[in-house]
Amino acid sequence: MSVITLTINGSRAVPGATLLDATRAPRCPCPPSAISMASPRGGLQPLHGGGGGQRQAAGRLHPPRRAEGMVVTTNSDELQEYRRMAVEMFFAEGNHVCAFCVANGNCELQNVAVEVGMDHSRFPYQYPHRPVDASHHQFAIDHNRCILCTRCVRVCDEIEGAHVWDVVNRGSHCKIAAGMDQPWGPVDACTSCGKCVDVCPTGAIFRKEDTTSEKHRHTERPSLLRLAREEHHWQNQ
Amino acid sequence: MSSSSTWPQVEVVYSPVGSDIKHYPEDVDVCLVEGAVANEDNFELARQVRERTALVISFGDCAVTANVPGMRNLLDAGHDSARAVLERGYIELADQGAQLPHAPGIVPELLERVLPLHEVIPVDLFLPGCPPSAERIREAITPLLSGEQPLMEGAAMLRFG
Repeated sequence: MSVITLTINGSRAVPGATLLDATRAPRCPCPPSAISMASPRGGLQPLHGGGGGQRQAAGRLHPPRRAEGMVVTTNSDELQEYRRMAVEMFFAEGNHVCAFCVANGNCELQNVAVEVGMDHSRFPYQYPHRPVDASHHQFAIDHNRCILCTRCVRVCDEIEGAHVWDVVNRGSHCKIAAGMDQPWGPVDACTSCGKCVDVCPTGAIFRKEDTTSEKHRHTERPSLLRLAREEHHWQNQ
Repeated sequence: MSSSSTWPQVEVVYSPVGSDIKHYPEDVDVCLVEGAVANEDNFELARQVRERTALVISFGDCAVTANVPGMRNLLDAGHDSARAVLERGYIELADQGAQLPHAPGIVPELLERVLPLHEVIPVDLFLPGCPPSAERIREAITPLLSGEQPLMEGAAMLRFG
């Protein structure tokens, strides 16, 4: 059963819109977790929704049972508190040291921490042991800074068509792996295009010449490329 | 120490870098605590600060997150990073005379793990930044002079790094 009428944060959504599209609408002030350059992903994006007075907590891409007249809230105090807790967990789970990170000042995790009002982590830091792979001649990946958004996996597969990256293992051992879970440098499939560097939201994948605060991402490039291919629309047209 | 000419209502009563007083006094109104809690001296001073201070501010990324000093927790999977960091610094990297420092009562023992301040004592206000800018410090402290809490919102007040 498709949703015919959907109300998000007090506004009527376009009929037939998916929850993802509807929550991306300009009047919906929820933080973006997905980007338009590649396929959507069921990441953490809490919302409350339901029809007929039901109230269910759910993820944006795993919506509650669809119902006519469904009302969805993405911006309550309770949800903002959950978002802040989730961001604190990101910081506590990895090794994110903004002070000397390549992406300091240009990092989506750092920005989201400000948006949710995080002034400290209420969760104890885990200090997992995670490696840095600098075997590629131009780029490096620091797994300490990776938040497993899988943008690199998707952009490499769907836009570049090289499929260098994958996700391996589970739980706290989960990580992004190059090739057959090997050092990045020797992976023949890598074209060194740098799209994974451009879409990486943190300082996890970076150019080797960049030091503290020097990473400047170009997140729009892969989506512009997709626009050019699919709709033959170029920036200078 | 004499009162500040910028803020006449402020009297600086203790500062490891700004005054020569060795002992943390009683009945302090506000304390800015800088740095992570890394050794037994830090730990003891933090407890004294909490007991004798009305409002404790965790000041800067090192106090708030353990930041760079906390990176020694990555050694030895954090179980005994004190031993691991001392062996690295004083044994493995020593050119000559390699030995672990041992001077009980003089050189404070390292804690097993470096901790952010709020994991040791309750903290009333968090002021992140590495370092916090002068503007951010002023915006946070000024309301306290009139007994009000500062509004810690937005990148200007909250951004780490």
